[in-house]
Amino acid sequence: MPTRQRAFLILASLGLLAVASIGLALTVGSFKVSYAEVLAALLGSEGGAGDVVLQLRLPRALAGFACGGLLALAGALMQVLLRNPLADPYVLGISGGAGVGAMFAMLLGWPVLGVDGLAFVGAFAAMLLVFGLAHGDGSWTQTRLLLTGVIVAAGCGALVALMLSIADEHKLRGMLFWLMGDLGQSAQWWPAFAALAIALLLAMPFARELNLLSRGLMQAQALGVAVGRLRYAIYLLASLATAASVTTAGSIGFVGLVVPHLVRLATGNDQRLLLPASVLAGGSLLVLADTLARTLIAPQQLPVGVLTALIGVPVFLFLLSRQPK
Amino acid sequence: MTRPLLEARQLAVDIGGKTVVDRVDLSVASGERIAILGRNGAGKSTLLSTLAGLRPAAGGSLLLDGEDAALLPAREAARRRAWLGQFQSDPFGSTVLETALTGRHPHLGRWDWESKDDAELARSALKAVGLDGMEARQIHTLSGGERQRLAIATLLTQAAPLYLLDEPLAHLDLNHQMAVLELFAGTARDGGAGVIMVLHDPALAHRFCDRALLVYGDGRTEIGPVDTILTAKTLSELYGYGLRQIEDRGHRCFIPE
Repeated sequence: MPTRQRAFLILASLGLLAVASIGLALTVGSFKVSYAEVLAALLGSEGGAGDVVLQLRLPRALAGFACGGLLALAGALMQVLLRNPLADPYVLGISGGAGVGAMFAMLLGWPVLGVDGLAFVGAFAAMLLVFGLAHGDGSWTQTRLLLTGVIVAAGCGALVALMLSIADEHKLRGMLFWLMGDLGQSAQWWPAFAALAIALLLAMPFARELNLLSRGLMQAQALGVAVGRLRYAIYLLASLATAASVTTAGSIGFVGLVVPHLVRLATGNDQRLLLPASVLAGGSLLVLADTLARTLIAPQQLPVGVLTALIGVPVFLFLLSRQPK
Repeated sequence: MTRPLLEARQLAVDIGGKTVVDRVDLSVASGERIAILGRNGAGKSTLLSTLAGLRPAAGGSLLLDGEDAALLPAREAARRRAWLGQFQSDPFGSTVLETALTGRHPHLGRWDWESKDDAELARSALKAVGLDGMEARQIHTLSGGERQRLAIATLLTQAAPLYLLDEPLAHLDLNHQMAVLELFAGTARDGGAGVIMVLHDPALAHRFCDRALLVYGDGRTEIGPVDTILTAKTLSELYGYGLRQIEDRGHRCFIPE
């Protein structure tokens, strides 16, 4: 268990990483901006480079950070809720539902806001569907929840494939990018950011109870955790966090599964540290990945989901291999 | 007279619609130790988890310190009774000390972190079950018996006046079986704790408990002082297998015919 002081140090250094990653995202790109110009633009001076930084790169970096943080937080919460290290934000079909909504909107040629709106509706519908089916007879066990989620996700996957196969050629690229995760299409950065702040603030007071929940329902209840209420709250919170991220940037894979594990390998499994650290690490990872995605083969852009996996996999394998037995 | 730590009045327990315990009256006083004996599937563990407030009773009421247990907030109830389950599953890594410290949860406020005193308490609990020096070990590297003793240490860290133990001797070797029973006998004698434990060995129940509750599985139960209730005759009926009783220096032993 980390002491309070150590937790603070870890969070402070991850905070620096987050600032550095956003700083990098602001300077790097097809149009090079120096750090001095970035600073000047942020401080409000007008200029040629300022527009690029303030209008394009800053919103995109902030949206990326928020989505990465939301996914990592939702992943950490889902892993506790299902007591399964393989759980991720998408395992219960939230992204599948959002995907169906977004693909349908794109198929109809709706604008970005319509796509985002329908994606959120889809995510919310999937959440209610999984909850209703899993909770139907009141048993609401982890296995039942997991199975229901996986089946709903599979059904959504089939619907998405169906829509992809009947879509016009010129819509196909946008649809595929959405499915792989793409920050270029996010309309606004602040809804995701607000969602991240609220979700973290709501989750933190329950962090120690989550520690107990991850050890078993009965043990947690015997130690004084109101398990029933806590599980409903966590399910709702993780689902809405996922929906907020997916609505903003499409289904970016990998962050939600691996960032909580990365943090766990580095700092241990205390949710009081794990949740905020995952938010900072997930946000930073996504900002870095997005910066690479738009610069590697500029002016061509890559889907950011590809990059998160390409960065995350080797880091994860490295940490896993040096984990003491 | 002081109030009993726990009192069950006309308590009924169902498993899948079948009544396994029908209207039992049971009260545990400070310093008292009670054994629950019965066949596999008779409902011993289900009765114990009902007493622990982990599942609803099919009927009757349950009082903790004279207050209705169903109305107590979970944290408050956890300061009054501690429960040891049969299974510990650990999907995520954790150290031995962290695990023992989870017992402090009901004593800590929402924003509190475990203090030095809490850590001290956890360390002495680990020492009491012979796990001292293993504080930093990962729990998945422990043997079954060590994991069981860690669960017992967590219970001691919880420091509730009432212990509900479901097969506390599972996975333990003979030496540690005796050590654990003596440990709880000591907490009952010196600390005034009440203990209810599900046991499979009537000889140990006779040696370490004051009273025994026999659970037949068809709704019938029988409770009495160990000297009168733990006899070859009742136990042969309870287990459905003939047993012979041997006395040796005040200890009773039961041998299958």
